[in-house]
Amino acid sequence: MSEVAIKNLTLNFGPQHPAAHGVLRLVLEMDGEVVERADPHIGLLHRGTEKLIEYKTYLQAVPYFDRLDYVSPMCQEHAYALAVERLLGIEVPERGQYIRVLFSEITRILNHIMNLTTYALDVGAMTPLLWGFEERERMMEFYERVSGARLHAAYFRPGGVHQDLPPGLVEDIYDFCETYPKFLDDMETLLTENRIFKQRTVDIGVFTAEEAMDWGMTGPMLRASGVPWDLRKSQPYDVYDRMDFDVPVGKTGDCYARYLIRVEEMRQSLRIIKQCLDELPDGPVMTQNHKLTPPRRGEMKHSMEALIHHFKLYTEGYHVPAGETYTAVEAPKGEFGVYVVADGTNRPYKCKIRAPGFAFMQALAPLSKGHMLADVPAIIGSMDIVFGEVDR
Amino acid sequence: MVDFWWSYAWPTLWIVIQILFLVVPLLIVVAYLTYAERKVIGLMQLRMGPNVVGPFGLLQPFADALKLMTKELIIPTGANRVVFLMAPMLTFVLAMVGWAVIPVSEGWVISDINVGVLYLFAISSLGVYGIIMAGWASNSKYPFLGALRSAAQMVSYEVSIGFVIITVLLAVGSLNLTDIVLAQKNLWFFIPLLPMFIVFVISALAETNRAPFDLPEAEAELVTGYNVEYSAMAFALFFLGEYANMVLMSGMTVILFLGGWLPPFDIAILNWIPGVVWFSLKVSLILFVFLWVRATLPRYRYDQLMRLGWKVFLPLSLGWVVITAGAIVLFGWYPGIVN
Repeated sequence: MSEVAIKNLTLNFGPQHPAAHGVLRLVLEMDGEVVERADPHIGLLHRGTEKLIEYKTYLQAVPYFDRLDYVSPMCQEHAYALAVERLLGIEVPERGQYIRVLFSEITRILNHIMNLTTYALDVGAMTPLLWGFEERERMMEFYERVSGARLHAAYFRPGGVHQDLPPGLVEDIYDFCETYPKFLDDMETLLTENRIFKQRTVDIGVFTAEEAMDWGMTGPMLRASGVPWDLRKSQPYDVYDRMDFDVPVGKTGDCYARYLIRVEEMRQSLRIIKQCLDELPDGPVMTQNHKLTPPRRGEMKHSMEALIHHFKLYTEGYHVPAGETYTAVEAPKGEFGVYVVADGTNRPYKCKIRAPGFAFMQALAPLSKGHMLADVPAIIGSMDIVFGEVDR
Repeated sequence: MVDFWWSYAWPTLWIVIQILFLVVPLLIVVAYLTYAERKVIGLMQLRMGPNVVGPFGLLQPFADALKLMTKELIIPTGANRVVFLMAPMLTFVLAMVGWAVIPVSEGWVISDINVGVLYLFAISSLGVYGIIMAGWASNSKYPFLGALRSAAQMVSYEVSIGFVIITVLLAVGSLNLTDIVLAQKNLWFFIPLLPMFIVFVISALAETNRAPFDLPEAEAELVTGYNVEYSAMAFALFFLGEYANMVLMSGMTVILFLGGWLPPFDIAILNWIPGVVWFSLKVSLILFVFLWVRATLPRYRYDQLMRLGWKVFLPLSLGWVVITAGAIVLFGWYPGIVN
């Protein structure tokens, strides 16, 4: 009898696939329904952000960071703002730091809602998504009230935040913190103990602690495998060192552990938000060095110096002393780092962005090997990938 | 000539009229089932559902139908044209012909045949052909995978549906659907056969490819499965077929377990309400459960679905056949022998 070579089925998953989370193109080699090899193809959303930043002043580069991971914009601005502040050697006033922590945590909830609910949608539960977006909308309004934009805020800037909180916002965020746990509980009734959801996620895409570190996982992906690593605790920035919160750590390292960790992180974020609101000090929200931050508009009407500062700031920008820094923050997805090289001019010489999703992407192949086709969306969902930051 | 009219033409015409009287309301029900689904799930998800076309969006199904009819029918180059076009027609026709034996009220049935249950079982088993043909004829990978899944799924769940039907038959002693309903005059079967009722409803979900068993059309992994390549009326026929099947399976559940057109209590006031109203109410209840489940549950994975079908439902229903048969023999509750 002659031998017959059986060819594996090659399936093109994406880039226009409903579960591909954007423009992921995945070439799957399958043996029936079992995935033998997953080969992610990236670059369909590449916009050359890093190169573009080299041709912008330090201030003009801020909005590019919103457009990386467009689900958690402010956390990325945070990393960039911290990096530039470090190069400039300036301190942000306390109120500015509190506002940044406050909005970083709102961003974290914003991101986790988006992730968990689309993750649930990927395994077939569609209701959490629509419930979640109701809450997400409320937080988008906080974004809008503070920066004027719902999504691409450009609110955190080197030196602080652009504007002070408008009147009434603190109370509204407080109200939000009071009602939000209700949504979380409702969502958990649909998912956490749901047998089908557990069957779809428990023991799927397992990473041991060692593997997770080897593959460069950060954030919930790493903590789910049992590594207690959170930059907010290990190298606190802004006022995180004054905050009292817990870092949830998983044991099993599977998709379900990642889900549980994100749910708990949302609850911890609420704690941080409340502490920020309670302790919010008075004072300026930006460095008062007007070589670096814009003067007040009223001042410009009568002060020649303020007018010149304003003009110089918005045309030439400021010069940053030569040096380099790698600054990272704990973005909702993981460690988001910026490596900025300054050459003493008004533009960065190089700005390398370390996006957590990029590292997750390479782990897709080992995670999904040997699982079934239906598990691939669950794994992608649990990794929390957004293509804006993977492709940059 | 007169002879011909009375012996051939009129009976045929009368059957056609009967069919129209059943199929036209059925199609309207199917159209409004799509509306109800969007409205019910919408409300469960804190949104409005369709509310623009007509009052409360009530004309939405017709707008959808018009849209689908005027769209272009695209046949992929690599597709087998004949099979590709036959598949949706087959699905739709099979979903309709099942209704020939369903009694919606006492005597309101097109064909009151003695093997009604077997006929229904045969028709619903054939349903899988439409999907397999669609998946194969599309000559595309996602539909093909969807079709394979669907075939495996429908075959697995038919086995347990078969055993569930056998338990009901043991209790009735007849394959005629009207007899099955009349046997429930005093006690609806869902009370003594509760586990079988549950198995049947869940299998009905699987049989009609509804959530949480909507694997053949799982959008998260297969985009929409077997109907990816379909458009316009061919797609609409699949859609109508699926929803008509849902109504058919709900009708079957009602007849087998919920006493068909019988009112819940055998008292005069309730008996004044026509049987068809009771029947529709019960069918609506089951359909609501279908929609409710879809809004609540995630989707099973393929192997888990198979495991549930073969390792849980099959032994359970098989066991119940034995228990029911044993009980009937032991206590002498032979159906048909009125004690």
